[in-house]
Amino acid sequence: MVGKPDRTVVGLAIAFVVFVSAGFFLPSWAVSLVIVSLARGLVALGLLVQFRAGLVSFGQALFFGVGGYAVGLASVKLRVTDVVLLLLVGAAAATVLGAALGFLMRRYREIFFAMLSLAFSMLFYGLLVKTETLGSTDGFNIATPTLFGSRFSAPITRTLLHALTVTVAAGTAAGVHWYLGTTLGRLATALRDNEVRVEYLGYSAARAIHGQYILGAALAGGAGALTAMAVGHIDPSMAYWTTSGELVFVTILSGTGSVFAPFLGSLVFGLIQTFALQYASQIWQMLLGAALLLIILFFPGGLWSSFERRRVQA
Amino acid sequence: MTEPAVPVLEVRELTKLFGQVVAAHDLDVTIVGEEVVSIIGANGAGKTTFVNMITGYARPTSGAIRFRGQNLVGLGPRAITRLGVCRSFQVPQVFSTMTVLENLLIAHGLAHSDRGSVLDALVTPDRLDACDALLHTYQIDAYRDRPAAIVPQGVRKLVDIAMATVREAALLFLDEPTSGISSEEKFAIMDIVMSALTQRKTTVVFIEHDIDIVKRYGTRVLAFHEGRILADGAPVDVLTDPRVRAHVTGRVGRA
Amino acid sequence: MATLAFIVADGIIYASWLLIVAVGMTLVYGVMRILNVAHGSLYALGAYTAATMVGAWFQRGYVPLGSFGVLLAAALVVGVVMGLILELGLLRFLYGRDEVVVVLATYATFLILEDVIQLIWGVEARPAPQPYSLLGTTSVGPLVLNNYDLSLVALALVVGGISWWGLTRTVAGKVLLAVIFDREMAEACGINVRRVFRVTFLFGSVLGALGGAYTAPMISVSRGLGVDVIVLSFAVVVVGGLGSIPGALLGATVIGLSRACAVHLLPQAEVFAIYLIMTLVLIVRPYGLLGRQRLRKI
Repeated sequence: MVGKPDRTVVGLAIAFVVFVSAGFFLPSWAVSLVIVSLARGLVALGLLVQFRAGLVSFGQALFFGVGGYAVGLASVKLRVTDVVLLLLVGAAAATVLGAALGFLMRRYREIFFAMLSLAFSMLFYGLLVKTETLGSTDGFNIATPTLFGSRFSAPITRTLLHALTVTVAAGTAAGVHWYLGTTLGRLATALRDNEVRVEYLGYSAARAIHGQYILGAALAGGAGALTAMAVGHIDPSMAYWTTSGELVFVTILSGTGSVFAPFLGSLVFGLIQTFALQYASQIWQMLLGAALLLIILFFPGGLWSSFERRRVQA
Repeated sequence: MTEPAVPVLEVRELTKLFGQVVAAHDLDVTIVGEEVVSIIGANGAGKTTFVNMITGYARPTSGAIRFRGQNLVGLGPRAITRLGVCRSFQVPQVFSTMTVLENLLIAHGLAHSDRGSVLDALVTPDRLDACDALLHTYQIDAYRDRPAAIVPQGVRKLVDIAMATVREAALLFLDEPTSGISSEEKFAIMDIVMSALTQRKTTVVFIEHDIDIVKRYGTRVLAFHEGRILADGAPVDVLTDPRVRAHVTGRVGRA
Repeated sequence: MATLAFIVADGIIYASWLLIVAVGMTLVYGVMRILNVAHGSLYALGAYTAATMVGAWFQRGYVPLGSFGVLLAAALVVGVVMGLILELGLLRFLYGRDEVVVVLATYATFLILEDVIQLIWGVEARPAPQPYSLLGTTSVGPLVLNNYDLSLVALALVVGGISWWGLTRTVAGKVLLAVIFDREMAEACGINVRRVFRVTFLFGSVLGALGGAYTAPMISVSRGLGVDVIVLSFAVVVVGGLGSIPGALLGATVIGLSRACAVHLLPQAEVFAIYLIMTLVLIVRPYGLLGRQRLRKI
């Protein structure tokens, strides 16, 4: 086996160093932006894997919200404040839910997969929005997280959270990159092309899809936890369908070619969104919509090739 | 005195009803190792239904199917494949957006997934060698890096068959391996396929409409008609059977 | 007992609103296999246009009852104009693409139209309550029902009835059914499928706009109107069965009554109940209560 270092892993290592260092130099608004963008990129990473299998989840907001609210509840009710612990709580809660729901989701495809994922997320939203103890539509704030038992000042906490986010992003990107090189990872595209053939080669399509669904849930849950801690506030909009839509959207804009894509795309999206909301807030959504349409209509091969089924003329 | 070997395939009183339609009526077949059985019959005679039931795609209404003594009824395609019964399809079932090589890599990777090794890297030197060898056996090396969707129909058929043989199955079903292929190429393709398979001592069952192919490659012929087996024996006997002439070959000519 | 009457009344009224909105969406899906997220924008555009026109109508002191005609006219204009723009300008380039890709395209359109609405009408609410009090009230036992609400129920029945009758009893309807069942065969029989698509989409758009226009006097016409409507529409259509008009009726009724039960008996479950039904139906009968299973062609 030739010992040539994997380009992607090297790139991730460099990106890791660059971003962590940047956390010490960038202004606070930029650091917050990076945290939220990388978190969003985590969700998009999970969507990327599902895209390859031809599946689009319109309900990742469910796990994003679960991650956020798990952090909120742990922080307020259980007095857990350690930043790493909270992250794990958020991710774990979402993973468990994903594993359970996955038994149902794995039997669905195409539009039904999308609809059921949407239904689950709206179910959670409906629960949140009318529950007084969780603050209903307003949600609630969470205290600044701590590290190793010490509570630091806001800027330092932000930098620490930033470092944690970059670590999680780089780590999961490396993990997914490895996964996509395994037989199971490459199976995703095969599943999209011809599920019957996969079954006749002896592997369970449902099991593969279940695994991907759990991965997506875990990533989204972690992202929700990180976002909640960065923003200091959680509310039901984290679980609303428009949040799911935005996440799908970012995944498409970023492209699905490599594990860098969701993060880079999310950063670009975040930057543009910040400036657009300042200077052109009335046409921001219009620009997003137009960009998405352009991609769908004019770049069907490039960004879509790893997702859209092609009808093959026999 | 040696014990008689367990037959590779035993089918007893196999029946399939689709509502009122009797697709299979009390079928009885025994196949021993290393036979090359060809199944002939008009369209709708029940040939593909027969294969579908054995490979787990359809559930029999009643009857028994045993592979090397093991019951197959109620098992799905996955389990049956893992036991050693593989098939290729009338319409080649391939991964259209992946290259021919990738198709074989996936098949190879899954063939070794029994030991939980689906998390091994897909592209390894050993696997590449094995797949390249397979490409060479089926003489489709030239199409190695082309997407399966755009290669010629005959090549796609060979890819489908090659994927089915990766597991070195004991029993292999080929559903119309030469349909959709031009007359000039039929024999060339069948030569390639059959030599590869007989080398591995695989028991082969193929459905065919072309009687010349049947005569050349089959050691035994099953003639189907309206869900029943009209005749079962050596090609020369079956093909001269008047009932077969009346109901099967009379209607099914060359190609 | 009185609670039951309230529940039934509220439920039927809500169901009527849902039905008008959902019929257009399910029909478009059934014929064209397009799940149109922008249907919510059509609703919003219908509402805003109606509110503006009704406002102007009353400002000029025209005959109050004529405002009903204004509402219907607004729906027609918005539906036809937007329907043509969307079908000719976008959808016809997407026929044959993966269904989920088309959903994403209509979602993109929805985003664009949300901003268009905001650019035209700004962020303040546009109330147009005048027609709501024009028809008086009816007393049934403990209930005092506003006749406008009852007219909504009547409108829903008319819409549902015409759609069902048109689909099953007219030649044009049979043509539509043929396209729903098997597009390729319909084309092979000489049916101009493209024209069928266009007409269906126009009809669906008018219905979407009608939903918004007719309910404008009942609600506060403000930002984000389409956002909630669209996901509710999904719920109704999925529960009833994608592409089925009787299904839309059943779905609207089930969801309408369930929501009314929740509102009166367990208010915290109001939103939850709707999506619980959607989830349960998807799990137990994925093709909807009255939907048809599409066979896989091998």
